[in-house]
Amino acid sequence: MSTVAMITARGLFGRRRALLLLPLPLLLIGLAAICRAYGLDYSHWGKSVIEGLGFAVVLPVIALIVGTGVLGSEVDDGTLVHILTKPLPRREIILPKFAVAVTATAVTTALPLYVVGLLAGSASLGAALAAAAVIGSFAYTALFLLLSLLSRRPVLLGLVYILIWEGLLGRWVSGTRVLSIEQYVITLADKLEPTTILDAKLSVLTAAVMTAVFVVLSLVGAINRLGSFSLAGETS
Amino acid sequence: MTIETQPTAPTAPAGLAPGAVELLNVSRWYGNVVAVNDITMSLGAGVTGLLGPNGAGKTTLLHMMAGFLAPSRGSVTIDGKPTWRNPAVYRDLGLVTEREAVHAFLTAEQFVLACAKMQKLPDPAAATRRALELVEMTDAAHRRIGTFSKGMRQRTRVAAALVHQPRVLLLDEPFNGMDPRQRMHMMELLHSLGDNGHTILFSSHILEEVEQIAGLVQVIVAGRLAASGDYRKIRRLMTNRPHVFAVRSSDDRGLAVALVAEKSVSGIEIGEAGLTVRASDYGDFTRALPRIALDQGIRLHQLVPSDESLESVFSYLLEA
Repeated sequence: MSTVAMITARGLFGRRRALLLLPLPLLLIGLAAICRAYGLDYSHWGKSVIEGLGFAVVLPVIALIVGTGVLGSEVDDGTLVHILTKPLPRREIILPKFAVAVTATAVTTALPLYVVGLLAGSASLGAALAAAAVIGSFAYTALFLLLSLLSRRPVLLGLVYILIWEGLLGRWVSGTRVLSIEQYVITLADKLEPTTILDAKLSVLTAAVMTAVFVVLSLVGAINRLGSFSLAGETS
Repeated sequence: MTIETQPTAPTAPAGLAPGAVELLNVSRWYGNVVAVNDITMSLGAGVTGLLGPNGAGKTTLLHMMAGFLAPSRGSVTIDGKPTWRNPAVYRDLGLVTEREAVHAFLTAEQFVLACAKMQKLPDPAAATRRALELVEMTDAAHRRIGTFSKGMRQRTRVAAALVHQPRVLLLDEPFNGMDPRQRMHMMELLHSLGDNGHTILFSSHILEEVEQIAGLVQVIVAGRLAASGDYRKIRRLMTNRPHVFAVRSSDDRGLAVALVAEKSVSGIEIGEAGLTVRASDYGDFTRALPRIALDQGIRLHQLVPSDESLESVFSYLLEA
């Protein structure tokens, strides 16, 4: 593990912020478990729990907390300077932070979604949901990592993307779906394990290519932006 | 007008001594606000103080030297290499910022070791031990930084900045929050680093701090380089400036008449709140005033130097 990754991981899990990662996955599993306990068929609750809560809320919100936390918190408290004053190419700072963020997001979202898939009926559905969540973790955390370098309010911007762009526009304006990570995740999960509960609105090719585009452009943007990282002077 | 007590070498960066920091016609502005205005300076081995009142542009200048701010105009180089967007300069550059944020969850040793590893040093553990010894933090090395006092945190940050033995060390207000013993120790450390050929630049708004460790100073006022060179000469200029005193007495008008004859007095103004006396020599005037008052049988109620703030000293330098 690189030194940057070690500091990032310790910073992420050493803060109270890490506790924010727990309630949503627990809620997701809890809801699915209740539905299962009452003997409801998954066709009744699968769509709202998996798509409405899992992919529309749990995955992006956890990615937002983690993605903006791995770099944004160090920007906020000024500790990033200690890492930046090293002769490291900026990609050697961004990539380990991204790796930590993806791992944390993937683990905290893929595991509960796998459990939900199991409760919904099959291990293969669970595996498909988990795999889609892992892929989504890459795209979301890369985007939120970039936002933490573009704005002083990355969480607010991230919430606008999740709630307004994906949640509102994505539902009513079909053209916006091509830039919606949530839609890529749903499409890929549906392709991996076709069911009646997931409603893919994009082609698999579009979803796969656009996920890669999101990851690559966000990371390149973040590396470039970190290269021009400025400290505010006393007169600014 | 800028006072220069030593020649500076603002021209080509070629042939500089190792560790030399060069600023050539550097300006930095934020919208309409000019933070740094056309500064040219050259720093070599030894300790240099960057002196100026709060808000003068010292931090902006240090950030540009450290590669954390792009100059709006001009160039900032270390050993001829630009500092902006060039992480390679950090092999030879250490920075201690004014903001004292440190990864509080690490111990001092873990923090300095992490810095040594990120510097890709051949023996990070040995470099860590040496750096912690240098700042006398060996005893507290295994404690979490979050539990440290301000001074200890500051020393840990200096150890982290020194772990790779950079030739250039920039420190922004390094004595803030230190007790007198820690301050003394830090001054000795900077002294010895300077004597060993390191280029040390530290900023301060406190004249006495600079006086004790820096032979050379760069004085920044309102974003401009107001004075540059040997500290003693600049200090003399500062002490020889006209001083303004507010004086109240039992007979202001009578005192004014008597003071006009005094050589060290260059001007007197009579106001409702008393006299405003301008003295060309601080010592002569303060010795003469009680004698004159005694001779005239006038009782002095108040004698207050009214322009002793640093800002007035710096403004005087700027006007000089």
